Amino acid sequence: MKYSYYPGCTLKSKATALDKYARASAAALGIELEEIDEWQCCGGVYPLGSDEIATKLASVRNLAAARDRGQELVTLCSACHHVLKRVNDDMRNVDDIRTRANNYMQLETPYAGETKVLHFLEVLRDVIGFDELKKKVVNPLTGKRIGAYYGCLLLRPGKLMAFDDPENPTIMEDFIRAIGAEPVVYPYRNECCGGYISLKEKERSKYLCLDITGSAKGWGAQMLITACPLCLYNINKAAGDVLPVYYFTELLAEALGVKEAADNE
Amino acid sequence: MNKSDLLAEQIREISGVNPKKCMKCGKCSATCPSFDKMDIKPHQFVSYVDNDDIEPLTKSKSLWHCLSCFACVERCPRGVKPGKLIDAARQIAERQRGGDYLTPDEIPELFDEDTPQQLIVSAFRRYRK
Repeated sequence: MKYSYYPGCTLKSKATALDKYARASAAALGIELEEIDEWQCCGGVYPLGSDEIATKLASVRNLAAARDRGQELVTLCSACHHVLKRVNDDMRNVDDIRTRANNYMQLETPYAGETKVLHFLEVLRDVIGFDELKKKVVNPLTGKRIGAYYGCLLLRPGKLMAFDDPENPTIMEDFIRAIGAEPVVYPYRNECCGGYISLKEKERSKYLCLDITGSAKGWGAQMLITACPLCLYNINKAAGDVLPVYYFTELLAEALGVKEAADNE
Repeated sequence: MNKSDLLAEQIREISGVNPKKCMKCGKCSATCPSFDKMDIKPHQFVSYVDNDDIEPLTKSKSLWHCLSCFACVERCPRGVKPGKLIDAARQIAERQRGGDYLTPDEIPELFDEDTPQQLIVSAFRRYRK
């Protein structure tokens, strides 16, 4: 199984762990992630304004690159996934944006949202299957009680992201079971960590993160997992002493027995 | 067209929101993680737009407290999307001279060794034209 892969800016610098453990795990599962050439930063947040075109073009280039390779596009970072998926929806369904973006970009073949955007967790669930994943686990994380921290961007808006039930998701809990650990369901798992507010108002992000970690700990979690570098940063800075937080790919690599090899690469 | 009519048209066009759909249940404000920090609450944004009273929205502190978490968008039973109104008001504010909430000069003070690029990029996207 070959996919185009979009890492995004942070996975090349502050979140290399999210990237390297995903690559190692993918290889162990027989998935080839081929990084697209000359990818550009997605911008981090989806431009909501209906007249925003220029801010969407970088995403269109990434999407068109995968289309030109005839591959589906796999993402890891929640924010990149959110932005690429929503811009793709615009290109497929919003005539005005599609026309203006294509007029500007003058691609050899105009882009109309042909690429399928998949988060790596969706590949694990829908392509590999969690039952199959479980069979490939050599080092089950038995006894660990893990809280899935979904945050906002993977789930909402629910109809468009179509990732899971936006209010009662199960994909990360099923993932946790597949790697042999015990999922802890807690009420704040899909509430916001503050996102970009932490740049100028750290206290506000802290207030929100303490709700999340307090809730997870109260329900018995020993650690949290996330797919988002900004969620991880906010929770670590604000409440890292309450609960440790890891990228889901790190635990996946550990369960598949490829973590050490990835660390030594 | 006077300024107030122009703003009313602008915010409708940028947001694509129809405030007439709102049934004033208040769920958007009830679910907003920044509710207590906002001078104009998400449900009030909808009412202000319905009344074509846009100027106060473009000067509201709420523009800089919205987290774009889409909780109000997801949980609105009428599909009104109050978050898109807040974003459109923010766009109008930022497109005016001096409307930015973040400048590059501030960054060195706000940075630490773990700050992910994603945070800087996202903040500039939201706080600056």
